[in-house]
Amino acid sequence: MNDIAVVAFAQTEHRGEDSGLSEVEMLAPVITEVKQSTGLSRFGFTCSGSLDYLAGAPFSFVSALDAVGAWPPISESHVEMDAAWALYEAWVRLRHGDIDTALVYGFGKSTQVVREDGESGLPELMTLQLDPYYLAPLGPDQTSLAALQARAYLDAGHKEDDLRAVAVRSRAAGRANPYALDLAEPGEEEYEVAPLRPSDCPPVTDGAAAIVLATGDRARELCERPAWIRGIDHRTDAHAFGARDLARSESAALAGEKAGARDVEVAELHARFSHEELILRDALGLGDDVRVNPSGGPLAADPVMATGLIRVGEAAARIRSGEAGRVLAHASHGPCLQSNLVCVMEA
Amino acid sequence: MNTQFDSLTADHALEFPGGYTRSVGPVIGRFLTELRDGRLVGVRTADGRVLFPPVEYDTDGTAVTGEFVDVGPECVVGAYAWVPRPRPGHPLDRPFAWALITPDGADTAMLHVLDLGVFEPGAKPPKTLRAGLRVRPKWRAERTGTVGDIEAFRPDVTMINAPVRADYRLSAGRALSRFLGGVAEGRLLGHRCRVCGKVYVPMKGMCPVDGVPTTEEVEVPDTGTVTTFAVNNIPDPRAPDVPFVSAYVLLDGSDIAMVALVAGVPADQVRMGMRVRAAWRPREEWGQTMANIKWFEPTGEPDVPFDDIKDYL
Repeated sequence: MNDIAVVAFAQTEHRGEDSGLSEVEMLAPVITEVKQSTGLSRFGFTCSGSLDYLAGAPFSFVSALDAVGAWPPISESHVEMDAAWALYEAWVRLRHGDIDTALVYGFGKSTQVVREDGESGLPELMTLQLDPYYLAPLGPDQTSLAALQARAYLDAGHKEDDLRAVAVRSRAAGRANPYALDLAEPGEEEYEVAPLRPSDCPPVTDGAAAIVLATGDRARELCERPAWIRGIDHRTDAHAFGARDLARSESAALAGEKAGARDVEVAELHARFSHEELILRDALGLGDDVRVNPSGGPLAADPVMATGLIRVGEAAARIRSGEAGRVLAHASHGPCLQSNLVCVMEA
Repeated sequence: MNTQFDSLTADHALEFPGGYTRSVGPVIGRFLTELRDGRLVGVRTADGRVLFPPVEYDTDGTAVTGEFVDVGPECVVGAYAWVPRPRPGHPLDRPFAWALITPDGADTAMLHVLDLGVFEPGAKPPKTLRAGLRVRPKWRAERTGTVGDIEAFRPDVTMINAPVRADYRLSAGRALSRFLGGVAEGRLLGHRCRVCGKVYVPMKGMCPVDGVPTTEEVEVPDTGTVTTFAVNNIPDPRAPDVPFVSAYVLLDGSDIAMVALVAGVPADQVRMGMRVRAAWRPREEWGQTMANIKWFEPTGEPDVPFDDIKDYL
């Protein structure tokens, strides 16, 4: 079986306001960047992750292929999930052994989801992903559901100050990251939905990211210090979150165990709300010696559908720079950390 | 990224006009039908647990039995989230909580709405909101077979509020009438006891120490000393905004402190021994009432040593 590695990563300078660019215009520079850094113009496989509901149009991912160059026809696939799952599909495809490179990308323009009153409609847009029988008719938005999980976590013996500490650290790290948003140090804030305050919640963000995977010797050719994927796994919990313990993430723990989540120096977690980082630290067994989200994580930039893929890219970047020898990337989708992917990489 | 261009924008809506029609199947269908009739049911799993709301498979992937079980209406709250400012798509337009609600007799929970009767936008979570709160459904009068047939869940009744009122006409009595007559003229009157010599403001017509009538009238100034005080955090229509200070003020020349408000100084800067002066309302508003004095304010004089007031606390 061929070893598979991340050999290139690029992301946009993510933005909190609409730049006026279309999705393709936003995505094209990062595709160009990974093509240039690898010297590749064609890939054995191409897979993307995006969300039609962000664009408000069906099959909106098809037009994004303009940014790739798809003629003569390429071998291509798409997931209506965070692009970390597109990376998983590309990893599976590379395991077949008949191709040696794959392009993965994800993008999202959350700023164009605007309610009639001019406010961001992203929290309620996420209501559309819920069970249509028992949940969606009630209209619970994503912040409300996250707050429900935060309360379950706090009632299991934790303090609100723990959440604040995550928000403060994430925003500070984000300010030091040129690709993340420049968000102020959290001050006195009223609850958004108690127990979550605005700085515990992800900022509405536009952005895109791309990764190139390659196998064996090809990877060594394309990159001086590839980040070898030593384990990758994804698991999901029951969709009825009234049937599970919200204070813990069993699916993250299982995915971590299968992917070999131990002895890592850096972890990039797709924790979109501050309590999610703490639940994931527990589930993945990350001790205080592990640097978590040195990029600032999703609390500093959350280009929905690329946020998880960026975790893989950021973690791989720590390998490529020589800062770390073994890293972990995590991605999640669904309400209350319903589904979790863990990817462990080594130098 | 280059943003130096004129970007065109257009409003756009994604909608299924009339809604999206879905089959619910026999399990969810049974639940929704019972709900329309005002009943809560769960479904029993092969290992004997009761799933609520019912789903076709348990979390291990085993199909549930066809046995439906009445649960509730008594329910218990698990995790909850307080919404101080509802969003447009929310079920209530005033503060409420989302909650995971498990009916008695069930082993799993349902997300629903908790109405704690809070109306003030931005309100903090009520202290009664916590895991373990007992609640029951508030049914809509017209039900159609959706989860919204329950308008919200409400806490069980644990307290009632019983109005109490009786009406009176009270006489002030001779001494207090005389005192308030003085206040109506901007004067503070008291009596000196002929036995012990103490001056009582206001006077009662009796010395409570010696038990003898008092008649010698004394006028005292409207300045005095705070002997002790309390910071009040419960609003009172007669007082300044909370926190406000109520204090014992020992008027100069008097031997008994009177209760009064102290203002014109932050609550945390009021001290025992602080010198104060009455702040009178405008003369045209005066009547035979202590309300002529709004409150006492600091004079700025040096504090009185504790030893000088220790006998008046």
